[in-house]
Amino acid sequence: MSSAPEDRSARMPWVRRWLLDHARVLVATLGRLTREPVSTFLTAAVIGITLALPAGLHVLVQNVSAISYSWEGALQASLFLDDGVTPERGRALVRELEKRQDVARASYISREQSLAEFRELSGFGEALDLLADINPLPAVVVVTPQRDLPQERMQALMDSLAALPEVEVAKLDQKWLERLYAILGIIERAVLIIAAMLALAVMVIVGNTIRLEIEGKREEIIVMKLIGAPNSFIRRPFLYTGLWYGLAGGLVAWLFVNGATWALAAPARRLAGLYESSYVITGLDAQATAIVLAAGVALGVLGSAWTVGRHLDRYEPG
Amino acid sequence: MTDTLIQFHSVSHRYGETGALALTDLNFTMKRGEMVFVTGASGAGKSTLLRLIALLARPTRGQIVVNGVNLASVKRSQIPLYRQQIGIVFQNFNLLNDRTVHDNVALPLVIRGFRHDAIGRRVRAALDAVDLLGKEKDYPLSLSGGEQQRVGIARSIVTKPMLLIADEPTGNLDPRLSRDVMQVFERFNKVGVSVLVATHAIDLIRQLPHRMIHLHQGRLRDDEPLGHAPVPVPGAPGV
Repeated sequence: MSSAPEDRSARMPWVRRWLLDHARVLVATLGRLTREPVSTFLTAAVIGITLALPAGLHVLVQNVSAISYSWEGALQASLFLDDGVTPERGRALVRELEKRQDVARASYISREQSLAEFRELSGFGEALDLLADINPLPAVVVVTPQRDLPQERMQALMDSLAALPEVEVAKLDQKWLERLYAILGIIERAVLIIAAMLALAVMVIVGNTIRLEIEGKREEIIVMKLIGAPNSFIRRPFLYTGLWYGLAGGLVAWLFVNGATWALAAPARRLAGLYESSYVITGLDAQATAIVLAAGVALGVLGSAWTVGRHLDRYEPG
Repeated sequence: MTDTLIQFHSVSHRYGETGALALTDLNFTMKRGEMVFVTGASGAGKSTLLRLIALLARPTRGQIVVNGVNLASVKRSQIPLYRQQIGIVFQNFNLLNDRTVHDNVALPLVIRGFRHDAIGRRVRAALDAVDLLGKEKDYPLSLSGGEQQRVGIARSIVTKPMLLIADEPTGNLDPRLSRDVMQVFERFNKVGVSVLVATHAIDLIRQLPHRMIHLHQGRLRDDEPLGHAPVPVPGAPGV
């Protein structure tokens, strides 16, 4: 009876059926959530705040790196040359160095130029004339490394510069910038750890919300099982509810982070102005936004699947 | 295909691990297209018998074969598919009260992946068969008990199952509504559906020309056909 020819045409091929089932549940669960806007919003807000913390820290790190990157132009290495190196050899060295991939610019400052500069800047002026022919200052080659050189290559560059026979001492200015990068590296790692912990928190939040919904639908689940609904069919609305919670949470997180960025933009601009910088604070870019939303969706579905898997079997008819 | 639909081979069922025996060494056979009543006092094992057929419980001993399938071989994950062949009617209706009559009846078709237009057609046909056409948009709680039970019946037959089982379908209904419900079952039986009804409304079914099996303390007491000359029922519609 159940295999009457009419049934074959009444039922759809499974791919089409699967897609339609999912589309139907996707829309139905969204409809149900929008009918209870307050509780939906509260759940989304809790998830959003949880997601906003790592996302906000990411934005902070990103902005601090961008600011320090803009200072990187000031990062220079000074090569103090051996007194025996002739000015010709010094200039030749500059040309050799400029051919290197990791060097942006190099310039030669002769001993005389050094002295003149020192005379001018130090204010000793006349006093230095007493030294007459004795110039205590070495010739210097100032090397500007290529921008965005990673830490290791910067170190390798410094090592190879120090090893040059003409060079007595190689000194990298602004060691503090390196230290800042090291600190940022730690913070970036910490953001990942915090994000992992908060991801678990999001799963717990979604899981708990879904658990309450499952308990509220106890009767319905039992009736569904009685009339032959497979577990996948019963599970599906809960998974999509988790998906919507996660997506809504991601949107709330995006709003929080970009709202905070917007609120901080004016004072940040003022501060940048004091440093004669035109730096503009940035929020979540397209890629980071996509990651936040995708993380929300994935965690919502995972948290829901984890709960449904544990609770569905408890409601067996009979 | 044999003409045997359900076969019990010395089936016993015990509540829990050490509980009382609900069924003891039960043997019975139901043919395709038959309509059978299971009677007996409360606790005689009527519900257990139906629950075993619907795989809501497993026998402690013995073998049950339904439609050629030994139920012991049906794995847990295959139960939904097995249950889809059977229409089940419950004493407490088991309707979803937050959905319309239409959506309740449509649910088994949605589960089975029917097309939208086919669902509408079949739901209307099923509601028509239980005289509830026009109540599609109502919610179950706005209907009378008899109407709710007919919604339950419509839901159980909308998939055109080979077997309809009903556990005390008239338990919550007054005599007149009970008769209506039994007549609905008879109509489906007339078009070939096998029907197994557990009930203690002996007075009601004695008037109907179908086989009865009596359970007493979990044992079969009498499995004799009641004879095929039904006692005429005054006011019974054309059965």
